[in-house]
Amino acid sequence: MDGFLLLAFVFLVAGVIAVPIATKLGLGSVLGYLIAGIAISPLLHSLGVNVVSLQHFAEFGVVMMLFLVGLELEPRMLWSMRDKLLGLGGLQVALTTGLVMLVAMALGQAWTIALAIGLVFSLSSTAIVLQTLGEKGQLKSDGGQASFSVLLFQDIAVIPMLAFIPLLALPELLDAVHSVATVAAHVEHDVAVEVGFFASLDAWQRALLTIAAIGAVIVGGSYLTQPIFRFIAMAKLRELFSATALMMVIGIALLMTFVGLSPALGTFLAGVVLANSEYRHELESDIEPFKGLLLGLFFMTVGAGINFGLLFAQWGEILALTLGLIVIKALVLLILSSVFHIRGADRWLMALGLAQAGEFGFVLLSFTVANGVIPAAVSDQLLLVVALSMLLTPALFILFDKRILPKYTQTQRNEADEVDEQGSVIIAGHGRFGGVINRILLGAGHKTVVLDHHAEQLDMLRKFGIKVFYGDASRPDMLHAAGIEEAKILVVAIDEKEQSTELVRYATKHHPHVHIVARAMSREHVYELYAAGAADIIRDYFDSAVRAGRSALEALGTHPFDAERQTRGFVLNDQYMLREVAALYDPEIPSHENEAYIAKVKELMAFQEKAMRGHSAGFGSRSHRGWIPPGSKEEEG
Amino acid sequence: MAKVLVYYAHPGNQYSRVNKAMSKQAKALSEITFVDLYAEYPRFNIDVEQEQKRLLAHDVIVFQFPMFWYSTPALIKEWLDLVLEYGFAYGKNGTNLKGKTMMLAVTAAGSAEAYSTDGHHQQSMRTFLTPLEQTANLCQMQFIPPYVLYASLSHAEPARVQSHAAAYKALLLALFHDQFDVEAAKARDVLGFDDLPIKGGQ
Repeated sequence: MDGFLLLAFVFLVAGVIAVPIATKLGLGSVLGYLIAGIAISPLLHSLGVNVVSLQHFAEFGVVMMLFLVGLELEPRMLWSMRDKLLGLGGLQVALTTGLVMLVAMALGQAWTIALAIGLVFSLSSTAIVLQTLGEKGQLKSDGGQASFSVLLFQDIAVIPMLAFIPLLALPELLDAVHSVATVAAHVEHDVAVEVGFFASLDAWQRALLTIAAIGAVIVGGSYLTQPIFRFIAMAKLRELFSATALMMVIGIALLMTFVGLSPALGTFLAGVVLANSEYRHELESDIEPFKGLLLGLFFMTVGAGINFGLLFAQWGEILALTLGLIVIKALVLLILSSVFHIRGADRWLMALGLAQAGEFGFVLLSFTVANGVIPAAVSDQLLLVVALSMLLTPALFILFDKRILPKYTQTQRNEADEVDEQGSVIIAGHGRFGGVINRILLGAGHKTVVLDHHAEQLDMLRKFGIKVFYGDASRPDMLHAAGIEEAKILVVAIDEKEQSTELVRYATKHHPHVHIVARAMSREHVYELYAAGAADIIRDYFDSAVRAGRSALEALGTHPFDAERQTRGFVLNDQYMLREVAALYDPEIPSHENEAYIAKVKELMAFQEKAMRGHSAGFGSRSHRGWIPPGSKEEEG
Repeated sequence: MAKVLVYYAHPGNQYSRVNKAMSKQAKALSEITFVDLYAEYPRFNIDVEQEQKRLLAHDVIVFQFPMFWYSTPALIKEWLDLVLEYGFAYGKNGTNLKGKTMMLAVTAAGSAEAYSTDGHHQQSMRTFLTPLEQTANLCQMQFIPPYVLYASLSHAEPARVQSHAAAYKALLLALFHDQFDVEAAKARDVLGFDDLPIKGGQ
């Protein structure tokens, strides 16, 4: 326990110190984590920590990341990506493998080893690339989408590779391996370790079971999520949602491992299935922190795992290999990008972004060694190449930002403005109040994201085809998941007074660009919302009460137009009074003890009464003057 | 027999003397349709379909209003803008009002003399009402000279108000019974309560 806490503390301290500095210097968080890992590697050594097994654990962050990516991707979008996914991804893996293999053979390796090296190096780092693209907001760009397609294909391709690599085994290495059985322990964690029972089945049974597992993920994601979350909602405990989300992701990963599929692929699929769910944003904000921590840990283990002894001993050779690898991978991507019509800055974003080897490289390398495909000495060198290429990736992204992007932004600017998505509206609270607002905005063709945390109500709304997300809007991470960074307007229509004020305060402080329309529950609430920075404050009962008052006047025989004018005057007077009194309102003193406040209210109420009856020559005559015939005015006055 | 529709528009109905007396008379007539526009549309959300149906169902359209700044109260302008649509009242296929009659019943605070080229307002009443007259022309409607009460705010002769209201009732009934002498009326600039061209009978 102490050991675990100490280890956790070491990693946390390193990350907390290194990442902000790296971000501040414009290096990105990934490089920050890598550097932190390098910095603590001597300490980890002296503590006797098994960095490799820690890395395998942290790789689960990649699984979570793919789940989150899936959540952002509706099935329709995935389908439209199929050409790039299979074509671009498939060709990238095939061409890179082939080229690397040729180079390796030219350097004197046997063809089996060369092919294995090619496969290992054809993969790129999903963790680094998606994390960096996400931070830069470039996931939705053409280059980002293409990169994602390639990465997704690679993650899927790992499975057949794991099946294929043992076939390349060299007999003499295999003998050595059997005597050293320990290596296999590393591999146990990973992707395609077949569980004994499953392996004992016939091929057709396995195929059936695999299909059943995928079907279970799709059907379960579509139909079970909602009842599960509704059940959880009954407990009204925040952490239960996080627990459930984790349970789902881990469960799917286990299921996939059991049937010999990639857990990353399985959770990605589950994410896609849930992309249309109203719990999407909730799941996102629950999984996000875990993903971030695990990926951070993963990057640190990469940094810590670099064998500096070996690196310094053969630095020239390893550096040359690394740069050669980056050049080959970038070259292949550049060629493919022109085949697939990816142009301009997007082309370079993909080519430079995917030029490194990836975390699955580590997995495959230990797997190749375990299966006697690559000698351990070569593998150690290759591990360094993989790690170094990952370490250099942030530098390539910086190169892209500083050198390549500026060249293209000039010519691309006009185009970018046009495709710019219309700023969306976030509506917090879809009750009787927020619901009307949503209907009006949707009716006018605007995009809205609605958040509500009444599961029963969500059910009802869904029956009417209204799209609402489950979640507590007063949580900052929820607002973030709903896209407050890009939103133009935030409508605060939740029922809880304190939470609504708190939400407005938070939003104005952290997202000053957002225009806030807030619902006030009372006069005091108006003053509080005003102090919190809401731009438009609407008292929820007020307009309807005014209309009811007007109906009462009409029923009493007042001419409808006179009733209209009198209530209009009343509204103006009331707003005037609200402003007058707001100055005297003090949130620290209860209204009924605030004497200046009470005196002012009394004074204004008397004033208004006179005005309504038409006896005042002051501001109250607004509701009456006009239409009084000339001449008769003097008589009255 | 003509179907008569009276559109009454006065935002300050409660301060009115003459128009109130007139609308009281008009409202009491079961033979005609009386619409208080400000009561029906206090928030100016005019129901165009309903108004067009009303127009189709009547032959004579009377606008009764006090003159404000040489024109109608705002709601009548809004009504004209929305109801007399292209294709309905004018323009291509816009012949639904063809052959119908438009008449105005106007009260004005200025004296008859004030509404002349040498007077306070420097123009005649008919000149100020030309926009409405031309509206009728464009809709191929017959425009009858307006029924006018000048000096409507004067308290000098209280009996004038009653006379004007009573003659208004007679005018509406004559229109209904086809006893109004349109040709005789057209020879005049404006009509007053003491010289309405109503044919004998009744």
